[in-house]
Amino acid sequence: MIDKIASSIDAALADVRDGATVLVGGFGGAGVPEELVDALIAQGARDLTIVNNNAGNGEAGIAALFKAGRVRKLICSYPRQVDSHHFQAAYRAGKVELELVPQGTLSERMRAAGAGIGAFYTPTGYGTDLAKGKETRVIDGKGQVLEYPLHGDVALVKAERGDRWGNLVYHKSARNYGPTMASAAKITIAQVYEIVDLGGLDPESIVTPGIFVTRVVKVPRKEATYRAPAGGGVTRGISGRAAA
Amino acid sequence: MSYAKLTRDEIARRIAQDIPEGSYVNLGIGMPTLVGNHLPKDREIFLHSENGILGMGPAPAPGEEDGDLINAGKEPVTLLTGGAYFHHTDSFAMMRGGHLDIAVLGAFQVSVSGDLANWHSGGDAIPAVGGAMDLAVGAKSVWVMMEHLTKSGESKIVARCAYPLTGIGVVKRIYTDLAVIDITPRGLVASRLVPGLSFDELQRLSGVPLLPAGTKAAAGVFR
Repeated sequence: MIDKIASSIDAALADVRDGATVLVGGFGGAGVPEELVDALIAQGARDLTIVNNNAGNGEAGIAALFKAGRVRKLICSYPRQVDSHHFQAAYRAGKVELELVPQGTLSERMRAAGAGIGAFYTPTGYGTDLAKGKETRVIDGKGQVLEYPLHGDVALVKAERGDRWGNLVYHKSARNYGPTMASAAKITIAQVYEIVDLGGLDPESIVTPGIFVTRVVKVPRKEATYRAPAGGGVTRGISGRAAA
Repeated sequence: MSYAKLTRDEIARRIAQDIPEGSYVNLGIGMPTLVGNHLPKDREIFLHSENGILGMGPAPAPGEEDGDLINAGKEPVTLLTGGAYFHHTDSFAMMRGGHLDIAVLGAFQVSVSGDLANWHSGGDAIPAVGGAMDLAVGAKSVWVMMEHLTKSGESKIVARCAYPLTGIGVVKRIYTDLAVIDITPRGLVASRLVPGLSFDELQRLSGVPLLPAGTKAAAGVFR
């Protein structure tokens, strides 16, 4: 019998090694697998490359990884939120390397990794500082930038419900990067609030099929209460659509 | 003659009224978010949020916030009846793939050829791009909403952007607190100047060549 349900959150993370590339789901606070991240800190792996849309908020979760000095490199699209101070301090001190990637390119690079695509051309970023040093090509009259897949050793995702085969469904906009990251890593660990029997998820509505999931671990449900970041959601003074 | 600049809400109302029914629209973070408050009630317009929402509704009532339902600015929102959730890669396929009709974005600067600078103020700031570059290249029409002048009175419409670029030749129209500027093959065409503002004064403030809408020189430029 196949049973991907891990006996404990610690057992689920036991084989994360130093130097691993860890894809961490979530956009702002929505969809961040906080319990898995806390367990990763307790597990002790170091020199990690973390891939996440943001750079952690406040004191908990991804921010705590920076605070604990576990991160060597962050691959990210938007690290400038006002309460990302643990990342910002580490970055300013030269302790963390930052690879800034346009959000859609970040997601598509992981999709490419999961889908076995060797590389792809995208118009996003053409002619900007973020395309410097990259191969470019004009296709159908449009400048395009060559981008490579982004593979994870481990993906940590938050889903709402799962079953013992690893099938997952999500909750509202907490889905965000989860399905793509699940496909892009050698080991994918999903935290869920509810484990259902096989057949308990409507096959027409399963978002991440179990083939992309290595382990499922149940965590106690927390109210998904909205917590406004200290000082507002985005850095003041940015009049552009810079945030996200 | 004296004139009053439009407030941010007045610019937002102007933009909202120009969005046709049935449009798929992404409103950028900051000032453009205000447009959502002014959408005409008798039109169905689909708001997209890059974190995986179509049919995004207004902010929830106090106490009804759900941490799993937020917009790109990480603020709590709601879903309209008929709305949908989807994952990030699909969301950016909508953006990059030309499926959005309009993106309304803020800007530090826009050049006369439609180059957009809105992601990085340069210097010492920690760089952060988010979905700005994807929206800039992907939406069928990119409209910019910004103040016409900087705090020190310099035009934000420039011959060449000094700030790092977000996209090249992507902006079609600029809504400012003074006028609406269309970026056309014949140049910048100014219309809907605020009452009391003469074209000559707008030209003086802008510092880049403008054409008055409705004149021979600007004729035929509206597509």
